[in-house]
Amino acid sequence: MKRKVPLILTFIVGVILIFSEFIPHKPFASMSGELENWFMIIAGFAIILGQLSLIKVCVLKIKYKQKNWQYFVITLASFTLMICCGIFWGTKEMSGLFGHGELLSTTIGAKPFDYIFDHIYQNLQATMFSLLAFFIASAAYRAFIARTFESSLLLAAAILVMLGNTSLGTLLTGWLPESLEFLHLPKLSEFIMKYPTTAGQRAIMIGAALGIIGSSLRIILGIERSYLGGD
Amino acid sequence: MAKQSKQLDRRWLFLFIFVGVALPLIFTIGFPIETTDIVQKVYDFVEETPEGSRVIISFDYDPASKPELHPMARSLVKHCFDRKIKIIITALWPMGVQMAEDIISQLKDNYPDLKYGEDYVNLGFKAGGMVVIQAMGKRFREIFPKDMYGSSLDELPIMDDIDNFNNIDFIFALSAGDPGIKQWVQVAHDSYGRRAAGGVTGVSAPAIMPYVNDQEQLSGLLAGLKAAAEYEGLVDAKGTATSGMDAQSLAHLIIIIFIIIGNILYWRNKKLEKEKQ
Amino acid sequence: MEQFFNTLGIWLGVYFTFAIFSFLYKDNPFYKVAEQIFVGISAGYWFVYTIFSILIPNCFDPLINNFSVKWIKLFPAFLGILMLLRLVPKTVWVSRYPIAFSIATTAGLYFVKYLKSDVMMQLTATMMNPFKADNAIIVIGQLLLIIGTLTGVIYFFFSKKHEGVFGATAKIGIYFLMISFGAAFGYTAMARVSLLIGRMQFLLGDWLGIIPH
Repeated sequence: MKRKVPLILTFIVGVILIFSEFIPHKPFASMSGELENWFMIIAGFAIILGQLSLIKVCVLKIKYKQKNWQYFVITLASFTLMICCGIFWGTKEMSGLFGHGELLSTTIGAKPFDYIFDHIYQNLQATMFSLLAFFIASAAYRAFIARTFESSLLLAAAILVMLGNTSLGTLLTGWLPESLEFLHLPKLSEFIMKYPTTAGQRAIMIGAALGIIGSSLRIILGIERSYLGGD
Repeated sequence: MAKQSKQLDRRWLFLFIFVGVALPLIFTIGFPIETTDIVQKVYDFVEETPEGSRVIISFDYDPASKPELHPMARSLVKHCFDRKIKIIITALWPMGVQMAEDIISQLKDNYPDLKYGEDYVNLGFKAGGMVVIQAMGKRFREIFPKDMYGSSLDELPIMDDIDNFNNIDFIFALSAGDPGIKQWVQVAHDSYGRRAAGGVTGVSAPAIMPYVNDQEQLSGLLAGLKAAAEYEGLVDAKGTATSGMDAQSLAHLIIIIFIIIGNILYWRNKKLEKEKQ
Repeated sequence: MEQFFNTLGIWLGVYFTFAIFSFLYKDNPFYKVAEQIFVGISAGYWFVYTIFSILIPNCFDPLINNFSVKWIKLFPAFLGILMLLRLVPKTVWVSRYPIAFSIATTAGLYFVKYLKSDVMMQLTATMMNPFKADNAIIVIGQLLLIIGTLTGVIYFFFSKKHEGVFGATAKIGIYFLMISFGAAFGYTAMARVSLLIGRMQFLLGDWLGIIPH
């Protein structure tokens, strides 16, 4: 019951969806359409589950005073604040329990939810990811060494693409005559992307797709059961 | 005897990068920006679309990818408004909704004749990636019964006769990852035969490039900040992407110089080690 | 008042920007606090939008306002509640049903879509006449595309030992993969630097007003 029913469900749903691709008529079309609708709703609940799990983890860390527990108080507080702002006054497009909160909106220039998103969240996320610019430079300096022929190829391709992707490339080789136009850095970079890079990425894509097809089939046939977890 | 060189403290490198990005933004150089074939394809793709066509623009990104994708989005929406192409906005990422709203609020004052619900509409976010797109292709109104503001699709003239992808001219996905452009290609183009194009961050670009092929799985692709700057130039809407290109050039140069220094130091140290032995 | 909050918003943005940047020097409490605020706000955003964009219009609204026609949505709603029971240790097992349903839906779709888009159409795109082109550069490029795709796929075939002719072909595949990884690095560097440029445009434009923004 605990494992058999989910496996049977997996098989039935998987088969309906595959059949509906080849027989796009009743009953498979309407069944698959309905199942896809259900998936979206369940995905919504799954997202809610994720957020509730986060609350659970934070509460447990605070309750048992684990290392750095004070920071999780901040997590909970900001989470609660955001939810309250969204539910009470809504977002730019949607109203909340207290309507659109016109008085608050006129005072601060936006709804509280949107204000926090625009001025705090956007800046936090953008900065967090911009740190990667520094780390990629540091990693390139330390690890990008031409030790072998393969790594030299990698390095050469990287440098040509990096130069070609900037205005510097245009400046450095803009003087080349038309007969040597293929050596113009932006054109060379485009050539590298369009042909050898596409070839390599296509090979990876085909390999990965074959893996996904194999995994999907194993899941539908019940051979792969890791998604069910332990007993 | 020569000593082995130590690795530079990485915080010096961070400082170089920081200054290398800041200075060209303050003291603009104005390096030329050449249009590449692949960006020209995107421009021609939108340019050839008849007036009054309805297109889907999917905002599948968040503030982390804003510097690259927002300029693309702005140029694309401007291009569509200039060509009187009607826009249906969707999002597979929740923050995409706010990104779309930001673009519309930036542009709508320049087009006072445009009406929400007739010329453009924001349908909002749905979770589910490929499954959602597949369902949109069969029962559009079940997936999006209302728009972002709670209005029924029946009340919006732009959504007349849209029950699936049949009356959609093309789909343009602005994508920072998964779900995104890959799923739009796999479902909207390969299953439902809709033309598709997209804009991606530099990170995703090599992996998406194979879809730009003779099968026209993608009719064009904007990849990264440079493509955004090129497209801005083509639609005559120079903005943050164009102004960022000088800084991009200098930052790349700094990275390349440090890679060369790293290689010189490595081979020098290796040679010294051999001499010691 | 609105102007005050606008200015406050910019200063908050600047504070959080430098709080995150401080990590570049050393990990510190300002960074940690900013990080936790980011996590909390992100989770709250997703929560609110999921309820307003998905659960209300697609599940609760049809059930409440049009139950006689949309009663079937009780099933996904029920499965969704089973999903939430994953939080209770004694009832974790009931979440297997909605998980099985979700996995099966994606597996069923992926099976066909990936086969068509990522295998069949990619192979079709590779099967071209490489000599049909305007100039020699494109001919060379198309030849590289065909050779690179085939040798790259051969490299990923690990059921046969990479030796002899097979091994040499796989080696050529590696070279193409290395070129593609190098190009991928170049694009990744461009992407990451763009993010930093975005931040600098905010600091220099919106905050200090040194550059137009």
